[in-house]
Amino acid sequence: MNIQIRKFYYGDIPEETGGNSTSIKTTQESGWPLWEIFIRSKQGLDHKHAGSLHAADAQMAIENARDVYTRRQEGVSIWVVESKYIHATNPDDAEMFYEPAADKVYRHPTFYDLPDEVKHM
Amino acid sequence: MSIHELEKIFQDKIDKEIKIEPKDWMPEAYRKTNIRQISQHAHSEIVGMLPEGNWISRAPSLKRKAILIAKVQDEAGHGLYLYSAAETLGSSREQMIDDLHSGKAKYSSIFNYPTLTWADMGAVGWLVDGAAILNQVMLCRTSYGPYARAMVRICKEESFHQRQGFESLLVLSKGTKEQRDMCQDAINRWWWPSLMMFGPKDSESTNSDQSIKWKIKRKTNDELRQQFVDMIAEQVKLLGMTLPDPHLKWNESRKHYDFGEINWEEFWNVVKGNGPCNKQRLEARIKAHEEGAWVREAALAYSSKKQSRSNAKVA
Repeated sequence: MNIQIRKFYYGDIPEETGGNSTSIKTTQESGWPLWEIFIRSKQGLDHKHAGSLHAADAQMAIENARDVYTRRQEGVSIWVVESKYIHATNPDDAEMFYEPAADKVYRHPTFYDLPDEVKHM
Repeated sequence: MSIHELEKIFQDKIDKEIKIEPKDWMPEAYRKTNIRQISQHAHSEIVGMLPEGNWISRAPSLKRKAILIAKVQDEAGHGLYLYSAAETLGSSREQMIDDLHSGKAKYSSIFNYPTLTWADMGAVGWLVDGAAILNQVMLCRTSYGPYARAMVRICKEESFHQRQGFESLLVLSKGTKEQRDMCQDAINRWWWPSLMMFGPKDSESTNSDQSIKWKIKRKTNDELRQQFVDMIAEQVKLLGMTLPDPHLKWNESRKHYDFGEINWEEFWNVVKGNGPCNKQRLEARIKAHEEGAWVREAALAYSSKKQSRSNAKVA
């Protein structure tokens, strides 16, 4: 176990004697959740995944994302979403999952042979 | 599917230059090697802020101060990109920080050398960041996707670091005799430690072979070191300065510069923790972490208070 020596400063009441029972879950240290950051680099473009960072809440995640990912004007808009809310496909299922599209070449314009005389198509 | 088959599929992907992504199957050793390398790299960025932070308050002009702050801030960002990449492999941020503080995880030994004069800021930018960039450019094509993406981002920003360093030395090299001497002295002190940044010789490096097969690395330590020497030996001429190596000489048949032997005893000594500043650097990191603990706790407490208030409003 990690025993830490805590210093108590003026006004900082030790937990054992504090008598305060609001159970704030300080999941030791890096209890800050992970957030995924999406940045729109300029008006008219999609938000794109830029990376991730830890922050206590959404507001802090946005401010940190500003400092980390837009120091050189790389963005005009930021989305943040807590990583635990991202659902994703499983790479192990990829073959089965995407296979149905593999034999449908007729979905592509190049499938159709047209005479050269046909213009604007 | 047997491990053997999975390993074969994995290696096939690597050979076909298909990137490995976090949820893909990977050999345990690949995961471990990446965690070790990426977290070391992250620690280097974070510890690397210290020698330069040392000069922010004493920068000779407002312009140089603003540049230095921007550079140090970039390094904090680079550390974060890399920690995030390592986290995708299942290593927690907390664990990595603990490993740094306990001395288990290493960081680049270069940051265990002191920054004694203002010229060191220039030499660090030019030589240390210059050496780092060669490594990082190679790593933009590394096989692990999140690591490669972090590197692309870092390389975009890193080039300013090297250029400002060279420019800062260029100004000194055109200054008074004292300034020129300071410039030469900084180059003298940083040259050999910069060469050491590329790690042990290929014949002695334990990590290189497998890392190259897995395309974590694409060039060996010695290849990168030679590339660095060739580059710097030319650039130093523009400063009108010299590199402190009597054996440095263009070799026409190899089309490369020959250079003298690195002091490997010093190299291993610094790696093992006996460099000039090892103790000081770790102490500074631990102090910052511990003294920031209340901020981390307070931010969490504030966020959960806000959360419970907004829940109360809804109810």
